[in-house]
Amino acid sequence: MDMNLKLKIWRQSGANDEGKMVDYSLADVSPDMSFLEMLDVLNEQILNEGGEPVAFDHDCREGICGMCSLYINGEAHGPDRGITTCQLHMRKFKDGDTIYIEPFRAKAFPVIKDLVVDRTAFDRIQHQGGFISVNTSGNTQDANSLPISKHAADEAMDAATCIGCGACVATCKNSSAMLFVGAKVSQYALLPQGQVEASDRVKNMVAQMDLEGFGNCTNTGACEVECPKGISLDNIARMNREFFKANI
Amino acid sequence: MSGVLSSSIGRKVAMAASAFFLMFFLLQHFAINLTSIFSADAFNELSHFMGTNPAVQFGLQPILIFGVVFHFVMGFVLEVKNKSARNIKYVKNNGAANSTWVSRNMIYSGLAILAFIVLHFIDFWFPEINHKYINVLPEDPTRYYGELVHKFQSPIRTGAYVAAFAFLALHLLHGFKSAFQSSGMSAKRAAKLETVSKIYAIGIPVGFIVIALFHHFNQH
Amino acid sequence: MALDSKVPQGPIADKWTNYKNHIDLVNPANKRNIDVIVVGTGLAGGSAAATLAELGYNVKAFAYQDSPRRAHSIAAQGGINAAKNYQGDGDSTYRLFYDTVKGGDYRAREANVYRLAEVSANIIDQCVAQGVPFARDYGGLLDNRSFGGVLVSRTFYAKGQTGQQLLLGAYSAMNRQIGRGKIKMYNRHEMMDVVLVDGKARGIITRNLVTGEVERHSAHAVVIASGGYGNVFFLSTNAMGSNVSASWKIHKKGAYFANPCYTQIHPTCIPVSGDHQSKLTLMSESLRNDGRIWVPAKLEDAQAIREGKKKPTDLSEAERDYYLERRYPAFGNLVPRDVASRAAKERCDAGFGVNATGEAVYLDFADAIKRYGREQALIHGDNNPTAEKIDKLGKELVKAKYGNLFQMYDKIVDEDPYNTPMMIYPAVHYTMGGTWVDYNLMTTIPGCYCIGEANFSDHGANRLGASALMQGLADGYFVLPYTIGDYLSDDIRTGAIPTDSPEFEEAEKSVKDQINFFVNNKGTKSVDHFHKRLGKIMWNKVGMARNAQGLTEAMSEIKALREEFWKDVKVPGSADTYNEELAKAGRVADFLELGELFAKDALVREESCGGHFREESAETEGPQKGEAKRNDADFAFVSAWEYTGEPGDAVLHKEQLEFNDIELKTRSYK
Repeated sequence: MDMNLKLKIWRQSGANDEGKMVDYSLADVSPDMSFLEMLDVLNEQILNEGGEPVAFDHDCREGICGMCSLYINGEAHGPDRGITTCQLHMRKFKDGDTIYIEPFRAKAFPVIKDLVVDRTAFDRIQHQGGFISVNTSGNTQDANSLPISKHAADEAMDAATCIGCGACVATCKNSSAMLFVGAKVSQYALLPQGQVEASDRVKNMVAQMDLEGFGNCTNTGACEVECPKGISLDNIARMNREFFKANI
Repeated sequence: MSGVLSSSIGRKVAMAASAFFLMFFLLQHFAINLTSIFSADAFNELSHFMGTNPAVQFGLQPILIFGVVFHFVMGFVLEVKNKSARNIKYVKNNGAANSTWVSRNMIYSGLAILAFIVLHFIDFWFPEINHKYINVLPEDPTRYYGELVHKFQSPIRTGAYVAAFAFLALHLLHGFKSAFQSSGMSAKRAAKLETVSKIYAIGIPVGFIVIALFHHFNQH
Repeated sequence: MALDSKVPQGPIADKWTNYKNHIDLVNPANKRNIDVIVVGTGLAGGSAAATLAELGYNVKAFAYQDSPRRAHSIAAQGGINAAKNYQGDGDSTYRLFYDTVKGGDYRAREANVYRLAEVSANIIDQCVAQGVPFARDYGGLLDNRSFGGVLVSRTFYAKGQTGQQLLLGAYSAMNRQIGRGKIKMYNRHEMMDVVLVDGKARGIITRNLVTGEVERHSAHAVVIASGGYGNVFFLSTNAMGSNVSASWKIHKKGAYFANPCYTQIHPTCIPVSGDHQSKLTLMSESLRNDGRIWVPAKLEDAQAIREGKKKPTDLSEAERDYYLERRYPAFGNLVPRDVASRAAKERCDAGFGVNATGEAVYLDFADAIKRYGREQALIHGDNNPTAEKIDKLGKELVKAKYGNLFQMYDKIVDEDPYNTPMMIYPAVHYTMGGTWVDYNLMTTIPGCYCIGEANFSDHGANRLGASALMQGLADGYFVLPYTIGDYLSDDIRTGAIPTDSPEFEEAEKSVKDQINFFVNNKGTKSVDHFHKRLGKIMWNKVGMARNAQGLTEAMSEIKALREEFWKDVKVPGSADTYNEELAKAGRVADFLELGELFAKDALVREESCGGHFREESAETEGPQKGEAKRNDADFAFVSAWEYTGEPGDAVLHKEQLEFNDIELKTRSYK
C-alpha cells in the first residue's frame, strides 16, 4: 500500500539567507517508514537529481536525544501524540496527502539551514542554574543517608524526562520556553538536594530565559499537548510559585 | 521588586492579579445591576451609595481605573512582545490541534471588551463625572434607575452590549482559569475549579445580557 | 613497541588505593595553566570534562550534536550497576568484579575491572547528590532491580530512562563549569584529526559543522570519549551520528586499536522492516523476564506465517518451539545476550523466521498475562475468575511493568503486543573493543587518553547489562581525573601550546585536502549507498557467526568497496557550509577502514568468546554440543593492532591477560 506524497518543505541555505517553501513529489512511500526515513529517501532522490539534500536535525531516532524537530502540517513533531518526529510513522498519512514541513520557529531558535535550528538558548538557560553545586569528587554522603519520598522522587523524574527538543517553544503561540524551564526548575525544587540553591536558581534561569527572547506564557496549554514526553503544565505553575517565593 | 515586574513571570503574575481584581469588580457590578430587575429603589440606593461614598469614589475608583488601564496596557505590551518572539510565521499552523480558540485569541476578545468599555464610559461614566464633579448638578438619589432604563431604549446599543458580553464570556472562559494557573495553582486544584470557572465565565456575562434585554423590552 | 599495561603491583583490592596515594599531582595554581581537550560529551566525556574543570584545568569539550545532552548515552534504558549491597543480598565489590570478568568471558583486564567495581558505589552517591531522580521505594530509599547474568539485585534505575538521567546529571555538572568559564563548549564540532608534537598529543583539528570552518585547538592532553563503532554495520541501535572517526584518527597516528571484533549483538530489537530502514530500536532486556521466545516447530507453519496465511495465535502449544527453554533448561529465556542472539539466528537460518524477511522470532507475553492475571485475581479475592477477567487483570499488570516499551513497539510495528506476540531480532548494540589503553586509560600515544565505550578496557568479549553506564561514569568522574594528573604534572612549566607549529599546519592541511577531495569528487553514488553495502558485508560475514572463509572474503570485499568509495562517492554542496553529506563521508571513509581491521581481528582470533563466535570453534560433543568454545591456552590475550598504512596490514601486539584472582571456567547456561 505504498503512497505518493506532495511535500512542501522550507528551504533556506544559511542563517542570513531568505528562505521559501519548495515543492517536492515523492512516490512509493511505505507506510512502515518513519517520517525521517521518508526524508532520507527524498534526500537520496534529490541527490541523484543533482540537488542539495534537505538538512534536518536527527540523531538517536528512538525518541530520546531530543535532536529531531520539524513542524509537520502545523504541529510540532507532527500529528501523532507522545512521540518525537523520529517516532512518527508514515502510516499516519494517506496516499495523495500534501505535507508541510517547516523548522521549529522562534526568534530564540534561529534557522541554521533548511529545517535545522539553533537551540543553544536552552543550554545557556541551564548554564545559569540547571545544576546542583556539588563537586564530582564522589566524596559526598552515602546515597541512602538522604531518604526522599517516592512521591517526590517520581514527580521529579517526570519533570526530568524532558528531552529539551523545543517543541514547547515551537508550538506555543508566544514562543514561550516556560514548560522547558519549568520542568528543569521543578526537578530540583522537588528534591531536597535542590533546595539549597532554589531561590538563586529560579531567578537566574528565568532572567536568562527572558534575555534569550522567548515569549511569555499565556496558559494556552498547547505545549503540554505537543510535548513528546508529556511534561505537565504543573511545572510552569510550580516555577511561578518558586519565582514568587524567591522574590518576596 | 522593580526587577520582578520586568521579568516574564512577574508580568504574568501582575496580569493575573489585575484580572482577579477586575473579576471581583465585575461580580460586584453584576450584583448591583441585578437588583435593577427586581427593585428600582434598591438599585437607586446602591448606586447612590457607590456614586457618593468617598471611600468608593476616591479610594476604589482610582484603583479600578488603574486596574483596567494596567490590564490593558500590560496585555498589549505582552502581546507585542509575544508576537515578536516569533519573527517568521509558520506557513501552516494547526493551533486547534492543541489549544482552544479562546485561549489563543485573548487579545481580540480583550479588544472587543475595550471597545465596549469606551462605549460604557461614554454612556455612564462621563455623564456621571460631569454630573457630580464638573457641572456639579444637584444630587438626586433616585435618578439612576431611570437613566439605566433610558440607555437600553436603543436596540443598537442593547445589541452592542449583548455582543460585548459575548466577548467577555469568551475572554473569561480562558482568563478565569489562566489567572489561577499564573498565580501558581497546581493543575490538580485548577481542575477542580473547572466548573466554577465555567459558571463564572458564562453566568456573569449571560446575567448582564439578561439585564440589558430585560430593560430593553420593559421600557416604561 | 611493547605493550605496558602499567597495572600496579600488590593485592588486587589495594592496587587502586595504593596507586592513587603515590601518583604525582598538579597543584591548583598550576592546573590553571593546563588545557585539556575532551572529545565527546556522553557519560564518559561529560563527566570527565566536568570533573577536570572542577579540579581547575581549562577544558575544551567537543560534541558533534547541538548540545552535550544529546550524546547517545542518553538512550540507555535499563540501569546502572553498583556494588552498594543495599538489598543485603550478598553483593560486594568482589562479586561485581567477578560477574563482570565472567560475563566478559574472561577477556578483560582484572585490575581495571576491580577498580571499576570499587568506584561503582561512589557513582550512585555522586549522582544522588547531583539530583538524579533514581527510583525509590516507599521508605524513601533507593530501589534496585535485577539484570541478566547475575545473582544479586544491584541495578539502580530511573524508570526506563536511566541513561538519560545520568547523562543529564553529568551535563548539569558541565553546565556549572561552563557557567563559570572553566569549560569552553564547542557544539556541532567534529574532530577531524589529532595533532602530535614531539610524539605527544597536543591538540586536535576540528570542523565546525555549521560554518564548515576548519579550526586548530591545542592542549596539554587529549581525551577521546567518542563512544562505540557499532555503526560500521550501518544498521545498529546506535545514533545516526555515532562514528569511529575520533578513535580511528588517533589509531592512524599511533594509538593501538584493541579487540575490534568484540561486538555485542543484542537479542531483543525490533526487526528490520525494509530497505528504507535507517536504524534499529532496542527493546529493553527486561522484557525477557516475562516474555517467552519461540518460533513455529514446523517449517510449513513458519512459511504460512511469513505469507500471512496463518497468525501466531493460531498455533497450538505443541506447534511451537520455545527453543531457548529447550536448549538451555537452566537459564531458559534469560541466557546472556550473546547466547540468545546466536540461538535466534540459528532458528532463522534454518528457515523458521516469522516475518516477511524471515529474520524475526516471537517474544510472547500470553503466558505472563495469564500468570499475572490469576495472581491479581487472587489478590483481589476472586478464587474462580473467568478467562476474560484473568486476561484483563494480566494485561493491566503487564502494562504497568512494560507499558512504555509496548507502546513504542506498537508505534513502530503497528501491532498490538498485548494481543499478538512481539517480533524481535538481534541487532548490533555495543562494541566492547576500542582503543587500547593502559591502567591510566592512556593510549599508546603519550598524552592521549581514551575513556568510556571508545576504549577496550573493562567488558572483555561481552558486556553485562547495566555495566556500560557504570564504566562511562567511573572513567570520567573517578579514574581519569586522577590518572591524567600523573601525566600532566610534567607539563606545569610547558605553557600554552602554540597552534602555529608545522605539526598543526600539516594536520590541518591534510584535513582540508580530504574535505576538498570529497566536495570536488565527481562520483555517482551517495555516502549512504556505500555505508549500506559495508553494513551488509559486515552483517553477513562478520556478524553473529563468523568463519575463516567469510572473514577472508569480507576483508577483500571491504577493501574493494573502499577503493570504489574513493572513486565514486558523491558529496553535494560545498565545504564552507552546513553539509551533512560531507560529515557522513568522512565518517564512512573511516568505517571502511575499520571494517577491514575488524574482519582481520575476527579472523586471527580462532576461538569463540563472548560476542565473538567462530563456527570452527564450537563444542562438537557432550552436553555443550554446538556451544561456543573458548581457547584459553592460545587466546587469553588482548589483540592490540598497530596501524602501518593499510588496515589489512596492521601489526598485532598481544597483551597477555593474567587471571590471579579469578579462576577461568567455561560459561554454561544449560
